[in-house]
Parts: sequence; C-alpha cells; structure tokens
Amino acid sequence: MLLEVKNLKASVDGVEILKGVDLTVRAGEVHAIMGINGSGKSTFSKVLAGHPDYTVTGGTAMFEGKNLFDLEPEERARAGLFLAFQYPVEIPGVSNSALLRLAYNTLQTERGLEELDPLEFDDLVQEKIKVVEMDASFLSRSVNEGFSGGEKKRNEILQMAVLEPKLAILDETDSGLDIDALRIVANGVNSLLTADNAVVMVTHYQRLLNYIVPDYVHVMDGGRIVRTGGKELALELEARGYDWLRAAA
Amino acid sequence: MNLTKEQCFEQLLLGKTVNSKGWLNDVRVAARAHALNFPSERHDDWRFTDLSALFQHAFYPVDSFAKLSLGEIEKFLIPDAIRLVFVDGCVAPELSDLKKTRAGVTVAPLADRLGDKSVETNFGRQAPYKQDSFVALNTNFFEDGAFVHVSGEVAAPIHILHIATRRDSPSAIYPRCLMVVEPNSRATVIEDYAGLDDGVYFSNAVTEVVLKDHAQLQHVRVQREEKNAFHIGHCWVEAGRGSVYTATSLAFGARVSRHTLHVTQQGEGAEMHLDGLALIAGRQIADTHTQIDHAAPRGKSVQLHKCIADGSAHAIFSGKIIVHEGAVGTDSAQSSRNLLLSGKAHIDTQPQLEIFNDDVKCKHGATVGQIDADALFFLKSRGLTEERARNLLTHAFAAEIIDKIPVPALVASLNRTILDERMSGVRS
Repeated sequence: MLLEVKNLKASVDGVEILKGVDLTVRAGEVHAIMGINGSGKSTFSKVLAGHPDYTVTGGTAMFEGKNLFDLEPEERARAGLFLAFQYPVEIPGVSNSALLRLAYNTLQTERGLEELDPLEFDDLVQEKIKVVEMDASFLSRSVNEGFSGGEKKRNEILQMAVLEPKLAILDETDSGLDIDALRIVANGVNSLLTADNAVVMVTHYQRLLNYIVPDYVHVMDGGRIVRTGGKELALELEARGYDWLRAAA
Repeated sequence: MNLTKEQCFEQLLLGKTVNSKGWLNDVRVAARAHALNFPSERHDDWRFTDLSALFQHAFYPVDSFAKLSLGEIEKFLIPDAIRLVFVDGCVAPELSDLKKTRAGVTVAPLADRLGDKSVETNFGRQAPYKQDSFVALNTNFFEDGAFVHVSGEVAAPIHILHIATRRDSPSAIYPRCLMVVEPNSRATVIEDYAGLDDGVYFSNAVTEVVLKDHAQLQHVRVQREEKNAFHIGHCWVEAGRGSVYTATSLAFGARVSRHTLHVTQQGEGAEMHLDGLALIAGRQIADTHTQIDHAAPRGKSVQLHKCIADGSAHAIFSGKIIVHEGAVGTDSAQSSRNLLLSGKAHIDTQPQLEIFNDDVKCKHGATVGQIDADALFFLKSRGLTEERARNLLTHAFAAEIIDKIPVPALVASLNRTILDERMSGVRS
C-alpha cells in the first residue's frame, strides 16, 4: 500500500473543504480524481503535500506506513511524494538546473547515496530533459521565469523525472495546455510509470485520460469522493456532465 | 567603556598627527578645524541612523602596523586583478600585486604621488571636509590611500583591498582613495573593505572619483567588515560629458555601517547605473544614502537598491535625485526593493525626487515584502529544508544585484559566501 487516506477532513480559514475523503493507492496504479471547480480536488492534493494554508481537522493519511501529517512538506518529498503544481511558481534568480541539482542531491543524501557534482548532474539532467522534449536552454534559465503555461507544466514533469517519486500527484497538469503540449506531458508521465510507483491525476477534463489511461476514476463533489469506477466512468462524465452524480449524492 | 558622542569625537581627535608637506598639510589643518561638526540625530540625514553603538567606544590610532601573509587574506583575493592592499590604513607592498598595470595606468599609494598634478588638483575638491566631521577626520588623519589614474584602457580589474586587523584596543582607520579616469578611458575598480579575527575598529573611508569626458568606470564597493566593526564611508563622483559610471555598492558586514554616495553629472549626456545591496542580520544597522545631481542636460540615471534585513537588523535607504534647472531632457529611474526576513527586522526607505525643470522623465518606486510563501512551499515540496529554501530565495533576491558585478571571480565568491555562511546561524 502506497497511500491510504481515511475520512480526511481539512479546512482553510475555518471553512471546511474536505469533508471525509477516502482513497487507497497501490504501487503500479494510475488514479484520476475528477470534479467540478470547488469540489475540493485541488485542496486534496495540496493537503497531501503539506500546504501551510490548509488545516487538517480529521482523518488520516498513511504513506508507506508513515503518517503524512507528522511530516513537514520537505520530509514528505524526501519520503517520495511529489506534487506537480497547478500554478507553478516563478523564482527569479534561481536557475532551473541549480534547483534540480539541489533537490536531487537532497534526496540522494536522504537515500544514503553520493551527491552528484555539477558535471555529473548535467549528464543526468540532459537525459531527463528528453522525457519532456525541452530545450537544454531551459536549464540555465530562472525557474519558470518567462515560461509559457505549457513550458511551466513540462518543467514540473522534468522535476518529477529527476526526483523519481513513488507517488506523483498531478494537480490539473493538463489545464492551459494545447494538444501538442498535452501529448508531450502525457508521454513524459507515461515513460516514468513503473510497477513500483503510482500517479494520481487531478483533472477537470477527460482529455488527459486519453493519453494517461487510469486504472481508477474518482469523482469528487462537496469535499468527498462520491463515485469510483474504471476509466469508462470518465467517458460517462464527458458525455453526461457531473450533474447526474451530484443529484445522486 | 561608555562614552558620549562628544567624548568619542574628542578621543578620535587625539589621533596620531600625520605630517605632510605643502598643500596637503594645509588641507589637513583646515579639515581638523571642522572635525567636531558631528551629526545631530535631529538632522534629517541622520534621523534613522542610530550611531550610539559607535559612540560607546574610544578608538585609538594605529601606531604599529601588523604584518600579514597572503595566506591570511586569501579568501579576499581576486585572481588576475591589479591589487593594492592596505592593512589598518597603511599600504602593504608585500601583499600587493601591481604587475598587470600598463603604461598610462597608475595604481599607487597616495603618499607617493602627492607631487602629481592630478592629485593636487582633485584631492579634497569634492569631499566636504569643512561640513562633515567624518570626512574632516579622514582628511586630517588618513595615513595613506590609493591613487588610481587611468589613461587609456585597462583590462584587469583594479582591486583596492583594505584589511583591518584585530588589535588590543579599538582602532580608528582612515582609508582614502582618489580615482581619476581621463577622457575616453576605461577601468574597473573594486574597493573592498574587510576585517580579520573579529576585531573592533572604526573604518572611516573617503573616496573621490573624477570621470573626464567620455570616461567609463565600473566601480564596485564591497563592505564586508567584521561583525563588531563600524564603517562610515563617503564617495563623491563627478561625471563629465558623455561619461558612463556604473556602481555596485554592497553592504554585508559591520555592526553599524553607513555609505554615502554622491554623484554629480557635470557634463552633458552622462549616464549612470547605481546598484546597491544591503544584506544584514542580527543587530546590524546598514544605512545607504545616495544623491544624484543631474546638473547638465540629457543625463541618464538608473538606480536599483535592495535591502534585506533578518534578525533584528535595521536597513536604511535614502535616495535623493535632484534635477537642476538646466538639466533638460534628464531621464531618471529609481527603484527601492526590500525584503524583510523577520518580524523584528526593520527597513526604512526614502526615495526623494526634486525636479527644477519641466523637460524630464523621472520615475521612482519602493516596495517592501517578505519571502514569497508560495515559492517557499514549492521549494519545500521539492525536499529542501525551510532554512535552505529561505536562503535560496534570499540569495536569489540578492543575486540580481551581485550578478551585475563585471568581475566573475568576485561574483562567484560573494555568491558562495552568501549561500554558505552569511545566512546560517545569524538569525536572532
């Protein structure tokens, strides 16, 4: 069991957003969490990553046997949890390659492995960058500064490729992508999938699921998962919208 | 020892009399008469600057000069630079390296060049030793200084390195520098103020710069004094027609520091880029006062000053821009950007614009912010500790200034210092 979330409740500024979420993710699985705006799906991903704006008010989240909520965000990352941000932040003055190397070496140390020097790391990152079909010039630029929406999302997947997390949560990674960028991002994610890791995609639209095929589709509404099914559930949502489920819930 | 301000200045005036011949002696004597014109905290220019920590000490003249080895100052050295080193205000030929100077370029101890016409003409001409007690003290007591005279172009950066050593009692040191860049000539000069072994001393520095027509100077000033030291620095720049003056002033060290930079565009079409950074923590105070006088037509000035204050530090920036009546077509932009790293730190920023003609383009602005919470969370979500993430973001904010320094070796060593040493363990 990679992740086991039980009856998770969380609030922001005293307003309860998550009202009892249950989710189980095993290695080798791909999950999609779908839902309308405000259903709580982005909150769910941020709470798992440890965003300080959210307060966990109930429930548990175990990650490989560790209580996630006992861990700082950086400890969750070192344990193998990764969040691809919906709105990747620009950091002027910090180069992409410097950040990637710093993050990579932090994990190496955590795993009891040798840090890589800049030359060794460059060899590694030159391979990884192919995964997202990015030009090497992006490495020397400041993190996300002046990147287009699609470039920012590809940069998130590049970070995922370098850090090789056990569980990656992709928060609306498809939003704002044109069809070519979507294909590149999806190919990148697919190439990183193994029997030992897992992906949770949080998304609005079925479109991404044509490229990254989920084993499970969950529908979130009102801060709960109200329906779980296979990939055909996404097609049904695409055809019928969300209202029939909301009415049922 | 706890002195009053008056006692502190009287003690400073007991300093060692330096005898010079001729014109310089007259200047020294004249300066001495004004050494007690010390600043009042009621004076607008000194309103924000708490000098009480400075005034507590009795500072003594340096009477015997320490011998240092190159190894002891290694971390300050810049490879391939023309280097003139002063230890506690006295020139140290054995630490200096003037091999890369070429014909037309003089980098020499001021005391050796008093007969030089250019020295006599320009020394003390800008520095107001009859108005400012710190300038008066420097002018009266300076032991030696640096004279940089550039005719033509010099590729190697010129590194004027002032090292203060730890002494038995607090010492007063008076670094002095005169730079003259002849028409159509070009140079890069680094003024560097550093200390060793956690000494308590008062470094009171004065620099005068003359840029002749179409001269270009890249002027870097690094203040990295010891943490219990005091540093008061003044720099005057006179910019001729079509000259380009590019300054980067950095304040990292000292318990209390103040740097005053006063630039006058004397000739038409002069251009200047003034960048500044104060990065302080603990109980440090760093004050930067700049004044740009647009006194001739079609001048241009671009200024960016940043303060970063951690712990209970206090950073001050006062930037005055005066566009005089005849300075038509002036184009001036000033920006003050500030980063507060703790709830107890304090930043005062005071941009001032005085315009006396209609045909100008001037803009200025100031912002004060904190570490961006989203960026911090992003970095932590990539496995960086809170401290590491904050250092990285702080450094990134500082790097915009540091990276403009046209000496890569200095940029690299300053960046290393900030990332590795400066910000660790100084938060209080």
